[in-house]
Amino acid sequence: MNKNNKILIKGGRLIDPANKLDDIGDILIGAGKIIQVGKDIKVNSSLVIDASGRIIVPGLVDMHVHLREPGRKDKETVASGTKAAAKGGVTSVLAMPNTQPAIDCPENVRLLKESIKNSAAVRVFICAAVTKGRKGEELTDIAKLKKEGVVAISDDGSSVDCDKLMLKALSKAREEKVLVICHSEDKGLSKNGVVNLGLTSTRMGLRGISRESEYGRVKRDIFLAQKSKARLHIAHVSCRESVELIFQAKKKGLKITAETAPHYFALTEDSVLGYDTNMKMNPPLRGKEDVAAIKQGLADGVIDIIASDHAPHTKNEKDIEFEQAEFGVIGLETELAVSARELVHKGILSWPQLVEKMSLNPAKILGINKGTLSLGQDADIVIFSADKKWKVSEDNLVSKSKNSAFLGLDLPVVVEYTVCRGEVVYSDEVYRH
Amino acid sequence: MWIRKDLLGLEELSKEELELILSTAESFKEVSTREIKKVPALRGKTVVNLFYEPSTRTRVSFEVAAKRLSADVINIAAEASSARKGETLIDTGRNIEALKADIIVVRHNASGAAAMLARNVNISVVNAGDGWHEHPTQALLDIFTLKETLGRIEGLKVSIVGDIAHSRVARSNIWGLAKLGAQVTVCAPRILMPPGIEEMGARISYDIDEALHDADAVNVLRMQFERDEQKAFPNQFEYLEAFGVTQERLKKAKKDIIVMHPGPINRGIEMSSEVADGANSVILEQVTNGIAVRMAVLFLVAQASDSRKTEAHE
Ligand SMILES: [Zn+2]
Ligand SMILES: [Zn+2]
Repeated sequence: MNKNNKILIKGGRLIDPANKLDDIGDILIGAGKIIQVGKDIKVNSSLVIDASGRIIVPGLVDMHVHLREPGRKDKETVASGTKAAAKGGVTSVLAMPNTQPAIDCPENVRLLKESIKNSAAVRVFICAAVTKGRKGEELTDIAKLKKEGVVAISDDGSSVDCDKLMLKALSKAREEKVLVICHSEDKGLSKNGVVNLGLTSTRMGLRGISRESEYGRVKRDIFLAQKSKARLHIAHVSCRESVELIFQAKKKGLKITAETAPHYFALTEDSVLGYDTNMKMNPPLRGKEDVAAIKQGLADGVIDIIASDHAPHTKNEKDIEFEQAEFGVIGLETELAVSARELVHKGILSWPQLVEKMSLNPAKILGINKGTLSLGQDADIVIFSADKKWKVSEDNLVSKSKNSAFLGLDLPVVVEYTVCRGEVVYSDEVYRH
Repeated sequence: MWIRKDLLGLEELSKEELELILSTAESFKEVSTREIKKVPALRGKTVVNLFYEPSTRTRVSFEVAAKRLSADVINIAAEASSARKGETLIDTGRNIEALKADIIVVRHNASGAAAMLARNVNISVVNAGDGWHEHPTQALLDIFTLKETLGRIEGLKVSIVGDIAHSRVARSNIWGLAKLGAQVTVCAPRILMPPGIEEMGARISYDIDEALHDADAVNVLRMQFERDEQKAFPNQFEYLEAFGVTQERLKKAKKDIIVMHPGPINRGIEMSSEVADGANSVILEQVTNGIAVRMAVLFLVAQASDSRKTEAHE
């Protein structure tokens, strides 16, 4: 489709939290931008999408995605990962830097940018490493990385253990106005653990990962953020104590934001009892009280955003003994559906609140101009049916890896169109013109 | 009725299923006392002992059990592959299935290995011990021996002493005994007591004398000092001092307390020699009963597969 052609989306429920909009209406797209929002727009356009009975929202922004490039194209590529994003209604992703090699220097950023330019179906923003090789020893050159367009830094997969180094990283990040994202885990406590510590680890005869290994480190990271006055984002919150600590930190006015992933509010540790390695992730699935606290945290605004922590792994890395299998699950294609099922359908969040958590808030946290349907805005838009159902199966996942925790489940929310930069990057067959 | 393809653990079994195994074992026990110690129950069937950990005792017990049922037995001593080298457990299982074997008896150092294997093959899988998870036939033979010696399980007070955290024998015993109405106490040094054990149905004691007092039976677990966690004790003699089952300690317990051990015994570490060889010990009976219990398990899973096949043909 020609970029300059106009697209008219008609008669859908427009939800745009940034403009406090939740109403039936039309959107006109031209030259990759939103050029009109309103009722009964009448104009000649090359494509008219009838969105009646559908919900129209700004494209989702997923700020925790492992695209695996460079180095592990067997798990996922920029091409396959962004295709999965488009199918899930995600138009912007933040690519995490735990690649091979790690994104820890301008050369490696350029390497990734080249691949993005050639093959990305949606927008890809880059998160670079905090330390060289993610070893927790020597800081990367944050200023130079920023010049290459990096929007955040993280050693995701690990936490920077050394307090002094972490403080230095936060101070430097503050000067450069770069966001720091923490994978808060004290590996001294969680080492070799594979499931939640407690009855589950005992029943399964596996080493446990304590809640303390997470919230102890969350506590430290908050303390260091306070000391450095840096902006800090805490990734994949999984336990109730972390939620409480973040609540207290926000009450004090600290610039802390927090994230959780759909599996932490949709599943409990009971799901792992059958040794299904698609239920193995880090942090691990926790207890019922934790799930309740995460949901409450989302409702109260303590947890600002939902991200998938999309972590593709090959069958060879998952179809082995539980303790040897890799940590992580894919999530780009299921996050909207699972969140709708667990949060909107259960009355924990309204649709506008969910859109805020999955689009506007992550855009704000990353400081990128996304997540709204404002006039003149880049046309990143998703149209979905909230009532239709689909079954998650290996066959209908487009991600290169199939390690979903939701295989076999019937989910609501079928994404029908994903528009990125004014172009349809995904459409569900029935509606293809 | 037994309908399970596999025996993976005692956690998932009902009281009725446990009782069925025990009563089946009872009828098989007699076979071992005959002149010709063989019945044709599994004639024409192949049992593969797939052992990733060396365990002569358990392997031999399964082999004898299978042979007394007239099955053909193949022993495979396998080496656990690292994540990216060598044949995977699933591939090995599928290969054994392709050989048209009927039952895989698997021992593996990874918890959940038996469950993973069972999910990926259509033939029966019997767990002969997976990591720290379960060792169902060991617990079944412990329970069988208790029942044979004391006439019942319901209401019995059974203490399990040793490294509970890393013991599959302890876990299987807790599930099985609790379901059959026994009162289980687990006794261990604090660092070897895993979390959540009370929710599994056991009472906790950190005092060996307290755990022995009033107990109808004590099951003493083998200590393995090569484990990091067990190094908390500077040496094995201190362990005997603090948690070992000795004659002096037994004197303070019930006079006819039953002493069990899954073997092999570390004499002078978790148990003194006088106790191991003493009048309260049923350790050799356990070995004998192991055959009957394993015959029962092999028989039941094979029968369940046969009836599934007949159904499929009907
Ligand atoms: Zn992480
Ligand atoms: Zn991650």
